[in-house]
Amino acid sequence: MNKKKFILTFPPTLIDEPITYNLIKNYNCMINILKATVRPKAEGRLVIELNGSREAVASGLDYLKKIGIQIEPLAQEVHYIKERCSHCTACIPHCPTNALSVDREEMKVSFHGERCIICEACLPVCAYKAMEIRF
Amino acid sequence: MSKTIAEINEKIKKGKAVVVTAEEIIELTKKKGAKKVAQEVDVVTTGTFSPMCSSGAYFNVKQPVPKMKMGGGKAYLNNVPVYVGFAAADILLGATAMPDDDPRNAVYPGQFLYGGAHVIEELVSGKPVTLTATGYGTDCYPNKKRETTLTLKDFNDAVLFNPRNGYQNYNVGINISDRVIYTYMGVLRPRMGNANYCSAGQLSPLLNDPMYRTIGLGTRIFLGGGIGYVCWPGTQHTPTAHRGKNKVPKEGAGTLAVIGDLKQMSAQWLRGVSVTGYGPTLAVSIGIPIPILDEEMVVFTSVEDKDIWAPVVDYSYDYPQGTGKRLGEVNYAELKSGKITFKGKNIPTGGMSSYLKAREVAETLKRWLLKGKFLLTEPVAPLPGA
Repeated sequence: MNKKKFILTFPPTLIDEPITYNLIKNYNCMINILKATVRPKAEGRLVIELNGSREAVASGLDYLKKIGIQIEPLAQEVHYIKERCSHCTACIPHCPTNALSVDREEMKVSFHGERCIICEACLPVCAYKAMEIRF
Repeated sequence: MSKTIAEINEKIKKGKAVVVTAEEIIELTKKKGAKKVAQEVDVVTTGTFSPMCSSGAYFNVKQPVPKMKMGGGKAYLNNVPVYVGFAAADILLGATAMPDDDPRNAVYPGQFLYGGAHVIEELVSGKPVTLTATGYGTDCYPNKKRETTLTLKDFNDAVLFNPRNGYQNYNVGINISDRVIYTYMGVLRPRMGNANYCSAGQLSPLLNDPMYRTIGLGTRIFLGGGIGYVCWPGTQHTPTAHRGKNKVPKEGAGTLAVIGDLKQMSAQWLRGVSVTGYGPTLAVSIGIPIPILDEEMVVFTSVEDKDIWAPVVDYSYDYPQGTGKRLGEVNYAELKSGKITFKGKNIPTGGMSSYLKAREVAETLKRWLLKGKFLLTEPVAPLPGA
């Protein structure tokens, strides 16, 4: 199965369009609403996960584009909050890509975001809550 | 040639004391030899920063009008229950206490995002906390209910009091089972996936005075960013632990009960932490100055990570079931390298204790001594086993 997350932005004119119903019924996509901001007469924002076959998700996205909804693929990011890190090194053995690494001379931990594959292994390990996942 | 603490204090007052950290003395002794270093160096500073669960604080709260007796009633600081068995206005907050409605491990593994330790960190950060209390009412203390917001300075007294801190060595945790486990030694992956240790090793206070010659009751220390004192042997203090030829314990041995004025402390040195699956706890900074009285103290403080050994213990079965079994031993140089070779396997290591911050503690205490801001103390009484 093909799971992808998107941020959908829709203008006030489309607030009444039943997009989630249509995505499920007409395009055979399973949906998971991660975050929704819907206000009358204001821009709407939906963070949604579409799950289905490649064709289903593709045609679902086509439908959204056609009716004027702006689509952005969602990037999840792991954030390293430097001020909270105590440099204990408890996280180091859990990071599969060395995104969390330690200078053994200084015993100082660093985070290299470009190496991070968002496996989320570090999140429960850090007792100081220096690792956070953010949309 | 030997020195006394009084002589060293005279030098400190004059700004003439020679102070080095427990790391710096290692190279110095290799270069110059213990005899010369004993003449030249006056004090060695040690440091550690680590979760120390047996920690807490007691407070005295100003009375409302009319007065209220909390003793025998119930009280909470930010919904974390405090112990109220001490008279009308003295309350005790434990680092590992949690709000009544924290799910704990009901959804396993629990996150333990907030507990007594977090309240302590908030207080030393200057943040306000809410005290809610109920009492049964007496003629002299008729008030039965109270809710008020306080910051650290609003308490009459705020005292950090930790019954068991500064462990002299500790286990190395490993997991031989097939599923990941969540322990106070951290997250331990199955089939010896990682090995976690918790000690500052060669910088650790009690590992630099293994026979408790200079550290005793009344020893003045760096605690949480302020001044504190060793006030009693810590709970589970075990001077009879196995030791190497260098007299350094090869397993958890001595411990210290420490006390200090919370109002002098800061969140740089005291942190509320959440150990997944285990509970909330307080990470504490402790630094103890060691007077170099003679050559033996040079030898003790020059101990190196490679000569400090720790037992490897399985936390999936042996530890919880109290079997006492050890799978082997490793030294802190191996542990701090990031990988140990154990039972034919290459195992990555994780630290629960921050060596970087231990260095900061030792350096800060060194600065205080060089500035003449901190004087050494003679122990009032020795620790058991000294």
